Amino acid sequence: MSHYEAPIREPLILGDKSYHDISNDIAAPIEGKANKWWWFVFSVAMIAFLWGIGAIAYTIGTGIGVWGLNNRINWAWDITNFVWWVGIGHAGTLISAVLLLFRQKWRMGINRSAEAMTIFAVIQAGTFPLIHMGRIWNGYWTMPIPNQFGSLWVNFNSPLLWDVFAISTYLSVSLVFWYTGLLPDFAMIRDRATKPFQKKIYSLLSFGWTGRAKDWQRFEEVSLVLAGLATPLVLSVHTIVSFDFATSVIPGWHSTIYPPYFVAGAVFSGFAMVQTLLIIMRKVSNLEQYITRYHIEMMNKVILVTGGIVFVAYLSEFFVGWYSGSLYEDFTYLSVGAATGPYAWAFWALILCNSVFPQLLWIKKLRTSFTFSFIMSIIINTGMWFERFDIIVINLSRGHLPSSWTQFEPTFVDIGIYVGTIGFFFVLFLLYARTFPAVAQAEIKSILKSSGNNYKKEH
Amino acid sequence: MNNKVIQAMYDDDDVLLKAVKETREADYHIEEVFTPFPVHGLEKAMGLKGTRIAIASFIYGVIGFSFAIWMMNYMMIEDWPQNIGGKPNFSYAENMPSFIPIMFELTVFFAAHLMVITFYMRSKLWPFQEASNPDPRTTDDKFVMEVSLDGDEKKMSDFLKKTGAIELKVAEKS
Repeated sequence: MSHYEAPIREPLILGDKSYHDISNDIAAPIEGKANKWWWFVFSVAMIAFLWGIGAIAYTIGTGIGVWGLNNRINWAWDITNFVWWVGIGHAGTLISAVLLLFRQKWRMGINRSAEAMTIFAVIQAGTFPLIHMGRIWNGYWTMPIPNQFGSLWVNFNSPLLWDVFAISTYLSVSLVFWYTGLLPDFAMIRDRATKPFQKKIYSLLSFGWTGRAKDWQRFEEVSLVLAGLATPLVLSVHTIVSFDFATSVIPGWHSTIYPPYFVAGAVFSGFAMVQTLLIIMRKVSNLEQYITRYHIEMMNKVILVTGGIVFVAYLSEFFVGWYSGSLYEDFTYLSVGAATGPYAWAFWALILCNSVFPQLLWIKKLRTSFTFSFIMSIIINTGMWFERFDIIVINLSRGHLPSSWTQFEPTFVDIGIYVGTIGFFFVLFLLYARTFPAVAQAEIKSILKSSGNNYKKEH
Repeated sequence: MNNKVIQAMYDDDDVLLKAVKETREADYHIEEVFTPFPVHGLEKAMGLKGTRIAIASFIYGVIGFSFAIWMMNYMMIEDWPQNIGGKPNFSYAENMPSFIPIMFELTVFFAAHLMVITFYMRSKLWPFQEASNPDPRTTDDKFVMEVSLDGDEKKMSDFLKKTGAIELKVAEKS
């Protein structure tokens, strides 16, 4: 079998690795002990998480009146955070599914962590609509079951119900996609474990994976079909999230451009979050030879493309609003009114973080720099949070009736829940980094001979 | 009936692939091959039939699609039609634009989950399943080919050694 790959392609696995070295490297963070830094970051995340739980308990106990919502602005931080987290989740599926269909080998170093990020982010996202219901114990009313008076069903005409189906399908399909890919890697950890407890746990997790030829054949087919299913699924999820806005009649929301623009924005912010996590993780977990400068550069290129799509969407929203000549369009989140009004700071935060600063990634020196990519990823995540904040709060703050114009001010509960979800996200990710094989080692081994540095030199 | 197999271990995927081909040419019966990662071309060399799991997934998808149509038609059109924003509530076809998202989601939901469940059942993967790979190293960097032992053990061993096996073991096949 030929393992030839054009020399112009950069190696994806650095260092002179053998198959066994890969197993050692991927198992090392699991078999080793956590250092002080891990405990420090974990404690901080845990405290934030606990604060969030407190804020959620207060909300459920007292009612959502404890948030800063008012008559006019009845969606604010909750839905902003919901859309932000769902969007972040999209990068994981894009990396593992879309790049698989496109046969991009560089996905293999990062897909496991990106998918983990997807699942953890969607869990955070799901929290917000649930607690926004106010009576969370009635959450099951979103399921297609008749109510207690007979047979009044859920309303399938509502985009909010579409969301329920989309998010739960997305979360569960991402989870099985991720888990199926994990089986061979859990089996690898199981077979080298020396501690009996560890062996038990990984035996349980690996579902008895043995690596038979027939299993591998099915495994690859299942991965391919799941990728084919997950690709339209991921596009549908943020499309449906955008329908929450686009099917309404609020100026600034009622826009046909929303679905593609939301999907591009989701991928944009998701890749930024992958950068944030992986630039740290490659150092902490010693994965520098698997998550290389090249991986970071490729992700920055995806950020440039999707950021470009988002920028064009902003321009067209701005232009069409202005060109319509409608008075009310001057209050939408992309308008002269927004740029000069009371929310000018949020408007400019969006434009600077999402459209101006990311253009620096055109410079090769910057997009191949770890430090710069890390800073840029934080900027983009901030910008994408502001995008959702602007869409929701700026558009709601002004309407057809000037007497009801108002501003939004978050309470400590709003902030607490948001910070809490960030904490929960990092708690999950830090636990993952210490207990799960963070790189899909079986896949990496299958490309070692074509893309490993030592093998490439031989050709 | 002889239940014995020779487990020949290899340390390279290319050597294994060549050995599989040679073993089949020599008319020995390969029981199973264990590899730590998917070796491309192995199923062809072993003469395995293609998997039909993608077809199964398609059928599951069709079931999910039909289920979504049945469910929404029953709930929104037959059982309790409601006037929601003036949308036609008497005919599924005319109200369909707002049903498309869920028709799609349930198609994917059924196709994906039932396919994965089928895969787990067919490959006997579930919690508390004991792993049955002959050597723990087969999930790390070694490849094991199990060949049914028939005829002269010595002759077979020599043959397998020549194909590049680094270790040979005779085992009882359960």
